[in-house]
Amino acid sequence: MMEWIRFIVGGLCILAGIATAAIAVYGLFKFHFAMNRMHAAATTDTLGILLVLLGLIVIRGAAWDALKLALIILFFWFASPVSSHLIAGLEVEISDRLPENCEIEEEERGGDAS
Amino acid sequence: MSRIRKDYEKTKTAKFLSFVRGDKPVVEEDRTEEWRRRVEEVAEADAAENASYLELPDTDLQADRRLTRMGGMRVMRRIYYALALLMCFLIVGLLILNIAYMPPFGSADTPANNEVSERYLEKGGEETGVVNTVTGMILQYRAFDTFGETNVLFIGACSVIILLLHREGEKDKRRLQSESVSDGGDESEWTRVTYNPEYDRKGDAILQTIAKLVVPIIFLFGLYILLNGHLSPGGGFSGGAVLGAGLILYNQAFGFRRTERFFDEKIYDIIKVGSLCLYAMVIAYYLFTGANGIPSIVPLGRLGDILSSGLILPINLLVGLEVACTMYAFYALFRKGSF
Repeated sequence: MMEWIRFIVGGLCILAGIATAAIAVYGLFKFHFAMNRMHAAATTDTLGILLVLLGLIVIRGAAWDALKLALIILFFWFASPVSSHLIAGLEVEISDRLPENCEIEEEERGGDAS
Repeated sequence: MSRIRKDYEKTKTAKFLSFVRGDKPVVEEDRTEEWRRRVEEVAEADAAENASYLELPDTDLQADRRLTRMGGMRVMRRIYYALALLMCFLIVGLLILNIAYMPPFGSADTPANNEVSERYLEKGGEETGVVNTVTGMILQYRAFDTFGETNVLFIGACSVIILLLHREGEKDKRRLQSESVSDGGDESEWTRVTYNPEYDRKGDAILQTIAKLVVPIIFLFGLYILLNGHLSPGGGFSGGAVLGAGLILYNQAFGFRRTERFFDEKIYDIIKVGSLCLYAMVIAYYLFTGANGIPSIVPLGRLGDILSSGLILPINLLVGLEVACTMYAFYALFRKGSF
C-alpha cells in the first residue's frame, strides 16, 4: 500500500515536471525576444528539473541515490540562474533592439551589467 | 510598453474585452521612433560604405560577379547542385544497403561477441586488477591506442598555441610604440581593443559568490573521478574534463590575474609536458615487459582497493592532468591569446 502511494505521488511529480518542460519549450519557440525566451528556458532548468528529480526521490525512498539526486537539484539551482543572469547581462550589453522589446531607462543601459 | 503587451493588445480578444469594458481606444505615444531613426541612419551609412566598395576599380570581386552573371557559370552551378544531390542519395542508398547485411540485433553469434570481449569480461579483473572493465581495456589491453589519443590532445593544444599565442612582451610593446608614432599618436581601433585591460575582466558579484561555493566541489569531484577511475565509471578523460571546466569557471569569475597565481604558463608547460613524458615512460615499460614476456614488477593489489590495479591509477591521473590543461589552454588562448 505504502509503495503504491509513493509510486503515485512520484509519478504525479514527474508528470508535472514533464508538463512544465513542455510549456517551457512552447514558450521558447513562441517568444521572439532573447530575455523572454531565456525566462522560458530557465523554467525547465529549475522547476521542471526539481519536479522530475523530486518524483524520482519519492519513488526511490531513503537511499544514497536519493541524496545524489538531491545534490543534482542543488547544483542545478545554483548553476542555472547564474548562467541566465550572465546571458541577460550580455544581452543588455550588446543588443541593438533592446528598446523595441522592453522598457528601460536610458541611464541604466550599458552600465556595470556584466 | 513591452512587446508582449503590444502583441496582446492587437489580438481580437483584447479588443473585444476593451470594447466590453468601454475603454476608449488609446493612441499611445511611440517611444521607439527615435530608435528606429537611429537604426535607419546606421543602415544608410552601411549602404554608403557598400557602395564605396562597388566603386573600386576592377577587383577580383567584380570579375567574379561578372563571371557569375554569364550563362556558363549558371549552368555549371546547376550541374553541381544536381551532382551533389545525386551523390547524397547514392551514399544514403549504399549505407542503407549495408544495413541489410548486418546480423540481427542482439543475436549471440554477431562478430562483436567473439572471444576478445569474453576474455575482457572474464579475465579482466584478474589480469589488470580493475573493477571497471572499460578502464582496464583502454589503459591496459589497448594502452598504446590511448597513448596515441593523449598525443593527439597534446598536438592539438600545440597547434592552437602556434596559431593564437600572443605574448605581450617587449617586442610587441616596441612595435606598438612605433606604430602609434607613425600614426601620429593615434592608436588604431584594433590595438586598443586587443590591449585594453578591460578585455580581461572578471565576473560580477553573483558569479563570484557562486564560483566560490561551487569551484572547490567541482575540483574535488574531478579528483574523485580521476582517482576512482579503475573502480567506477570515469577515468582520465572525464575527470580531466571536469577539472578543466572548474578551472574555466574560476577564471571566468575571478579573471586571469588571480588564476595566474596558481596556474600560469610555466606551470602549464611543466604539467603538460611532464605528464605526457611520464605517461610515455609508463607505456614504454609496458611495451618492454610485454614484448619480452617479463612479468611486471608492479603489484596488482587486492581487487576493489583504491591502491590497486598496478599502473592504471597513475596513468589515469596523468591523462586527467593532460586533458584538464588542454581544455583550459583552449579557453585561455581563444579568450586572451595567452595564459
